[in-house]
Amino acid sequence: MTDTNTGGDVRLTGISKTYGSFTAVHPLDLTVPQGSFFALLGASGCGKTTTLRMIAGLEEPTTGTVFLGDKDVTDLPPYKRPVNTVFQSYALFPHLDIYENIAFGLRRRGVKSVKKQVGDMLDLVQLGDKAKHKPHQLSGGQQQRVAVARALINHPQVLLLDEPLGALDLKLRRQMQLELKRIQTEVGITFVHVTHDQEEAMTMADQVAVMNGGRVEQLGAPADLYENPRTTFVANFLGTSNLIEAEVVETGGTDLVVTAGGGKLSLPADRCSAAVRTGGKVLVGVRPEKISLAHADDAGKIAEGRNRVTGRIVDSSFIGVSTQYVVNSPAGAELQVYEQNIERDTRLAPGAEVVLHWNPAHTFGLDATQDIDAGVETVEDAS
Amino acid sequence: MTITEAPPAADLPVRKGSTRKRLVPYWLLLPGIIWLVVFFALPMVYQASTSVQTGSLEQGFEVTWHFQTYWDAFREYWPQFVRSLLYAGTATLLCLLLGYPLAYVIAFKAGRWRNLLLVLVIAPFFTSFLIRTLAWKTILADGGPVVDVLNTLHVLDVTSWIGWTEGDRVLATPMAVVCGLTYNFLPFMILPLYTSLERIDGRLHEAARDLYASPTTTFRKVTFPLSMPGVVSGTLLTFIPASGDYVNAELLGSTDTKMVGNVIQSQFLRVLDYPTAAALSFILMAIVLIMVTVYIRRAGTEDLV
Repeated sequence: MTDTNTGGDVRLTGISKTYGSFTAVHPLDLTVPQGSFFALLGASGCGKTTTLRMIAGLEEPTTGTVFLGDKDVTDLPPYKRPVNTVFQSYALFPHLDIYENIAFGLRRRGVKSVKKQVGDMLDLVQLGDKAKHKPHQLSGGQQQRVAVARALINHPQVLLLDEPLGALDLKLRRQMQLELKRIQTEVGITFVHVTHDQEEAMTMADQVAVMNGGRVEQLGAPADLYENPRTTFVANFLGTSNLIEAEVVETGGTDLVVTAGGGKLSLPADRCSAAVRTGGKVLVGVRPEKISLAHADDAGKIAEGRNRVTGRIVDSSFIGVSTQYVVNSPAGAELQVYEQNIERDTRLAPGAEVVLHWNPAHTFGLDATQDIDAGVETVEDAS
Repeated sequence: MTITEAPPAADLPVRKGSTRKRLVPYWLLLPGIIWLVVFFALPMVYQASTSVQTGSLEQGFEVTWHFQTYWDAFREYWPQFVRSLLYAGTATLLCLLLGYPLAYVIAFKAGRWRNLLLVLVIAPFFTSFLIRTLAWKTILADGGPVVDVLNTLHVLDVTSWIGWTEGDRVLATPMAVVCGLTYNFLPFMILPLYTSLERIDGRLHEAARDLYASPTTTFRKVTFPLSMPGVVSGTLLTFIPASGDYVNAELLGSTDTKMVGNVIQSQFLRVLDYPTAAALSFILMAIVLIMVTVYIRRAGTEDLV
């Protein structure tokens, strides 16, 4: 452990927050490496914002400790922490112009000449010509950039972003995601980003902590979380997963063999996060884009060694780059399949009998005692 | 070609309706305008004409464009003018010092007690203005508990020394008048202050704290500037009526604490010198108008209100 590696890590140890009888955050340990872009991802009310506010000092933890590097900052008020926040609603000071908004933190720390730094910051966020405007004269995206500049100018050890893109429309949000990522790479400061948008978290972050019900469900790089979810919540919340209930018939080798709906499926033993025994239950998962679809008449042409599930198409929707099919099968209802639109087989229409087949290596296994629908987006959250 | 002729025909009834709609605001303004013309504009014109009349009650008054009345009135009563502005200014300052912390607590810290506290602020209005002011006569009475306490604490020694009180007395001194003014106008300060404080987004306080501002600095740099609209309207609502008030000086003061309101009242009702009374009213109005204009310009709250 050298200073250069851990000097700026954010370490939360046993941190929790309760309001009366409601526990917003269960005791959790989390380390955010220095210089990383870290995302706290979860649905609203999962405790991600509370966790962020405890790092900022705006919320006092019920138990636990917040370390910045080696320094315990748990009892420091926010104005004494080397941490700055970009608030969800930006919280720009309406009585100050953009220049003074950005200079606010420097002036409070008694920096005499702020002109150059504010100028550089205005350039970084490309708002040089707006210095004398008041916040209400700016568009949402511009206000958002001012909020980032106002926080970044202080060179905080950690920049906290509380759903900073939530108020922007989709197109602007995509643009700002890239912008934020560019700024983070440029300044090299640790970013902790709270979001409920899984795509946003995966696009921007090096590391994602998926939170649910005040707990961290899983922590890892976006690709790792996506390919190897360890809970049904993560499997369903990050993208879409087909989860099939299955019975274990063979263990011991490098592959597990299970049966579901009368057919045999196999998956790599090391991709199964649940403890398995022969005759036990397991949830078998596969992502929709990993599955290929063949018409039942062509079943013979499918290569040996692939997992197969037979079924009938109940719905298909063409969305340009791909076609999304919903297939009912004895193994599971409403399996999702995304087929790239390269050569479209016209026989693949609702009502057609089909065979779903995929490489067993793309299959993962989960503990069957969990709620199979945890983390599935309902219409209400889907905004 | 029926197509080209159709649109105007279809347009006509729509435009008729919109003309009627455009007149609605004026109809709604009419009662207020009539009220202002009859009870404000016409009396003002009447007063203005009175102020340049000469004559006496027996022989009748006549407009002679005698502007000398203004100068004479000002020369004779300038101490009362100065006193009015001084008392009203002191009372306004006291109202601000007492009212701001109170409004702040109601807006940010009161929680579920907020509405109760607001009712308490306006509760004095349920009693008549005169009765409340007369009550202060008892409160500040010679040898009463308030005077005793102030005496024991040697506060009266200090206030006597600067000329606010006389010896062991509070009643019939400048301090009594200022106390009365402060008490009577305090709600007019608190309510606008509360309204503008309550409107401040709590997240701005968090943002300030996050940006290295201590609680004191947060107040100085964020809360107070954002409450300026309330400070301006509160001080105006207190200062303007207080500078023209005569009841507090009449009931709580002495002949040495007469304000310009008392002079106007006695000129109108006792001396019956209507031109002087009218001229004094206009001078007071002009002074207040000039002061208020300068004040609003200085406060620079155009962006916030």
